[in-house]
Formats: sequence, structure tokens, C-alpha cells
Amino acid sequence: MSTTAKTLEALANREYKWGFVSDIEADALPPGLNEDVIRLISAKKKEPEFMLEWRLRAYRHWVTMERTAGAPTWANVKYPPIDYQKIVYYSAPKQKGEGPASLDEVDPKLLETFEKLGIPLAEHKRLAGVAVDAVFDSVSVATTFKEKLAELGVIFCSFSEAVQNHPDLVRKYLGSVVPYTDNFYAALNSAVFSDGSFCYIPKGVRCPMELSTYFRINTAGSGQFERTLIIAEEGSYVSYLEGCTAPMRDENQLHAAVVELVALEGAQIKYSTVQNWYAGDAEGRGGIFNFVTKRGKCAGRRSKISWTQVETGSAITWKYPSVILQGDDSVGEFYSVALTANYQQADTGTKMIHIGKNTRSTILSKGIAAGHGNNTYRGLVKILPRATNARNYTQCDSLLLGDRCGAHTFPYIEVGNASSIAEHEASTSKISDEQLFYCKQRGISGENAVSMIINGFCKEVFKNLPMEFAVEATKLLGVSLEGSIG
Amino acid sequence: MLSIRNLCAGVEGKEILKRIELEVRAGEIHAVMGPNGSGKSTLAQVLAGHPAYTVTAGQVTYLGQDLLAMPPEERARAGVFLAFQYPVEIPGVSNAYFLKAAVNEQRSRQGLEELDAMEFLELLEEKLELVEMDRSFVNRPVNEGFSGGEKKRNEILQLAVLEPRLAILDETDSGLDIDALKVVAEGVNRLRRPDNAMVLVTHYQRILNYVEPDHVHVLFDGRIVKSGGKELALELERKGYDWIREEAAAVQPAGA
Repeated sequence: MSTTAKTLEALANREYKWGFVSDIEADALPPGLNEDVIRLISAKKKEPEFMLEWRLRAYRHWVTMERTAGAPTWANVKYPPIDYQKIVYYSAPKQKGEGPASLDEVDPKLLETFEKLGIPLAEHKRLAGVAVDAVFDSVSVATTFKEKLAELGVIFCSFSEAVQNHPDLVRKYLGSVVPYTDNFYAALNSAVFSDGSFCYIPKGVRCPMELSTYFRINTAGSGQFERTLIIAEEGSYVSYLEGCTAPMRDENQLHAAVVELVALEGAQIKYSTVQNWYAGDAEGRGGIFNFVTKRGKCAGRRSKISWTQVETGSAITWKYPSVILQGDDSVGEFYSVALTANYQQADTGTKMIHIGKNTRSTILSKGIAAGHGNNTYRGLVKILPRATNARNYTQCDSLLLGDRCGAHTFPYIEVGNASSIAEHEASTSKISDEQLFYCKQRGISGENAVSMIINGFCKEVFKNLPMEFAVEATKLLGVSLEGSIG
Repeated sequence: MLSIRNLCAGVEGKEILKRIELEVRAGEIHAVMGPNGSGKSTLAQVLAGHPAYTVTAGQVTYLGQDLLAMPPEERARAGVFLAFQYPVEIPGVSNAYFLKAAVNEQRSRQGLEELDAMEFLELLEEKLELVEMDRSFVNRPVNEGFSGGEKKRNEILQLAVLEPRLAILDETDSGLDIDALKVVAEGVNRLRRPDNAMVLVTHYQRILNYVEPDHVHVLFDGRIVKSGGKELALELERKGYDWIREEAAAVQPAGA
């Protein structure tokens, strides 16, 4: 084996450090899905009637889909059919009585779990600039800095709390961007989702800290179905981060989330994800099926939604964070790094739907495939007839490490008027022996050279991440931080 | 410092270097000249440890160590530097970042503390002047979008920053206009020290107008067929390589 191949092998086989299981007693429903399960989830969460009705409508729609077309098959990924009756749809850490009123009452084992993941929930330990909502299996276990944010009118809480305390907002916006009829997994999520995060930024407020949610799957056989809803009122700004890990198991686990963003006039939402679900082992056993629907609506004029994702985990990633550019002069951005090593598969990209005039979108996708990994970019740029002077720029670059992996690009471009412009650029490259030798001749080890080259390849995406996340992202790719000098 | 004995090497089964003998002492500058295809660049690549070349016989001793037994990164850390004829591009990796990584690899091998960003930038500023390069240069990705002249100057900048014991310059002078050539030559002269050595691999005598070599060797068909002082370079310039070809054929019959 050449030195290049060896170095790449080492990178592809990097260890998963988050694969432990916490010994926490769970209050879980038996596996299986029917209307009673949905009623039970809704009852456990003491939801108002409108929520249960919405869930049931979603469920009935999903059942119809399941009986007819089934799960979508157009993605460039392969996996055995999922038995939806074998999944546990609700699993929560067992608690006594009414549940913790403050962090002091949270099960220390839970706090320990998040501490071990590098997410200390005690506020004095947190980085001052980040508020965290921690989701463990099906429920949110703690949200930090809630009071401080409330002073500004910012609502940041678990979805369950939002349903209780802000039902009008939930009712108005839930499903307004991703209706339950949108797709198979969105329908399933709408029926069974158990928690997630809710953010509301009032008019003119610039959220003073990064808001973040950390998702952790723990219980075996359970799926995680969370829902995030972010509403940015006129002229407001928020930066939101999302991270996730799961134990190492031989069976696949399903994660089907929905994220909805609403940006009103002049509002800006920046949404960053570092996805590090367990990816399966070197032979392709186990790992998370990450089937996620993420979409933002630039509802108001001059609003802006920006997605940045670093996808390094999951056995299969199926996700297309999208922006509906409804308001005139609104802006949508998608920056993505997707790494597939071992037997990982990713079919990811975005949709930019231009409806308003002078709307602009930018897509920058960096796919890295190693080992037997299979990496697909799939993107839609749709410019409607009335979206005059719309602009899109798309760049898709793929980097192949080794000769057993694959990279694919499926761009769909539909331009409905003559004044708009859509540009698409794509490239595929390999780390060349000459590049490696050049680095080695300067004393840089092969491993560091590969890291450096990959890091350079991803740089334009990383620079859109908040600092703390950028560090985590580079670490995840086994690379050292580029751009720390000069 | 560098002692090459009976070195034979080739690529994909084709023999290129045939029994090379060369002795380089500290403080010396050697020019290795020869027509295209004579094996000049192969010699440079073999000394740096390029994996595409196979050494079939001979020894190379560098500062008392068996150079051929060392992997390329170890050779570099031990002070062997190759200025590439065709420096590669590394998109997205800034010059500064790349060089800092290289400097610190070398320092950690020498048991020195790694330089932090500020210390490194100070060092870099100083060296930039030496090669008359603009500060904006350091933030550009390694060689990406550089002109031919900029790439060569970048090699000299790296040479200046890394301060190797043994520098091998592979046709660093080719493709340079006269101003760039002067800058490169000036850089090389200022880096000349009693405790280091340089091997200039070149096709033309031109750079030797600015960098005075102690020894000149002529490589022909993988062999060093003639060695001499700097006057040999001038003779080659005047007479071309044809007389060497004839001489070589006379001394060394084909197949020998």
C-alpha cells in the first residue's frame, strides 16, 4: 500500500469517541406505531387539543404514504427497508414527580453524560456566549441561560415547554414551512416528534449569544424525532448551533428531524450544524440513519437565512437544508462540508426557491469521500417567473481520497424568467502524490499533510461557522485549525 | 556533508542515474549542469526521497547518516531542502500556515519549542524582505494562482525561513525574467554560510553570473562526465553541450 493510501486509511478509520452508553433508566413506550402511541405521546406531554389533532392528521397522511409510495427511493443511497413497527417512538430518562424545576434537580447522571460530551450544562461552566438546550433521546433535559435571554424577550426553550407556554406562536408557525404533507419522514416526524428546541426573537432584537441544541440518542432501538422551530421577527438576528452524537451500536437507529425557520422583514437567521452521529463501524455495521428535513422561509423583504453544515457522522445522511426566498431582496445561503468514510453514504444538498424579486442565493458544497464512502450532492435552484433579477451561484467541489469511494453531483436548475442568472461550477479532485511529497519535503508528516489539504479544501465553508464550532469541526475532520495566523 | 557513492536510480524499471559520485562539503556551492534528459532533476528528487524513484545501488551519506534510509519528511527535518522545479498548488492552505507547520516540525525535531503565531510572523516578515516579496503574499494559498516567477520566489522564501543545511535547487532559475533571477540569486547569496551547502541544478549558466559556484559538474546520460571550477560553466555556455556529448562518447563507449 502506498503511503498516501495508508494515510488516508488512518483518516478514514478515525475513532468515534462519543460511542458510550449512559446507564440511565428510561421511561419508554414499547416499540410500534399506531394512533394510540401518538395519543400517548401527546398525553405524556400534556398537549392542547390542536397538537393532538395535527399529529393525528400527520399520522394518517404518513400511513397513506407508507401503504402507497413508501419511503422515498430517489436518493443515491442504499439500505434495507426500515420496519417502523420495531422502533421505540418515545424514550425519556425516568424522573420522579413533576420533573426538575431547575438544573440542580436534573439527574446527575444526565449532567455527567453531557459533561462527558463536552457540553457542561451548569451555567458557570458554560462559555459565556452560548445558551444550550440539551435533548436526550425524546426529551429536552435542560436549557441554559433561559432567564438571561428572557430579559430581552428572547424565548429559548424546549419544544414541549413552548407548546405549554406559547401555544399561539406554535400554532401559527408549526408546519408553516415544512407541512406534514411535505415528505415521508416529515410526516412521520410530525406525527411522533417528542421534543426539540423553540426560539423566538422579538422585533429588532439581536440575540446576544449563540443559541444551541445538543442532541443525544442513548436508548437502544429508539428513534429520535425532534422538531426545531425558530422565528425571527422583523429586524432581529440570531445565530443557532446544533450538535449531535450517539452510542456505537451494531443496529441502525433512525433520526428523522424537522427544522423550520421563519425570517420576517429584515431578519437574519444563521443556522450551523456539526453532525456527528455514530457512523457505523469499519465494515459498515450500525450507525444512524439521518433523514432530516430542514427548511427556512425568508418571509419578509430583505431577510436572510444562512445554513452551514458539517456532516461527518451517520451511516446515511439524507438532508437538504433549503430556503424559500419569498420576500423581495431576500438572501439564502448554503455552505456544506460532507465527509463519508468507511461505508458511509450521504445524499445531501439544498433547495433554493426564488419567489421574490431580486432574491439571491449562494450554494457552496464540499464533498469528501474516503474508504468506501459514497458522497452525493443534490441541489435544486428554482427561479419562479415573478422572481425577476434573481441570482444564484452554485459551486460543488468533491475530493476523493483513495480509489474505492464515489462522488456524484445532481444539480437541478429551473429558471422561469429571462432576467435571472444561475451559475453552476463543479470540480472533482484527488490529493495528488505530488502534493503529499511537497508537504513531506517541508518536514510535514503524511497524516498532517492530508489533514492540511482537506482543511484547505473546506476552508470557505469553515469560515462561515461560529468560532467555537469551527474548532470542533476541524477537530472532527482530524485536522488542525487553518487560518489561525496571518 | 553530503557524500554520494555509486548511486544508481531509476523510475518504473528504467535506469536514469548511473553510478553517480559526488562529494559536497560545508560552505560549498555545487552546480550540476547538463542537457535536458540527462538526469539532473532525477538526482534532485532521489536525494529528497521522491517515492516514484527507486534506488538500485549505491550509498548517500548526509551528516554521517544514511540518507536513503530516511523517509522524505525525516530528510527535510534533518535539514535537506529541495526547491522544486514545479512547485505544486495547495488550494485553501495559506503560505503562512504551511510554512509555520514546516518550521515547527523542524523545531520539534531539534528539541526546540514551537513558534507561536506572533513569533512566526516576525520571522516571516524578516525573510520576506530578503526575497522582496509583498506581505500580502503570506495569506495567499500555497502557490495557487502564482505566476511562474512567484512560485520560484516562494521556494526561495521557504528556503530562507527553513534555513536548511543542504539546499538542492532544481532549475530554480528556469523561466525567470532577469529581475526575478537577480532576486532569486541575491536570496541564495545571502543564505550562503560556512556551515551550509547548496547544489544548484541548472540547464543554463545564466544564474552562475550571480551565484558563484565552487564546483561545476556536467551530467550526461545519468553520469557525471566532467567536473571543474566555475570556468567549466562558462565553457559550456560558449560551446553548448555537444562537445560534452562527443567527449562522453569517446571516453565511455555505448553500453559500457
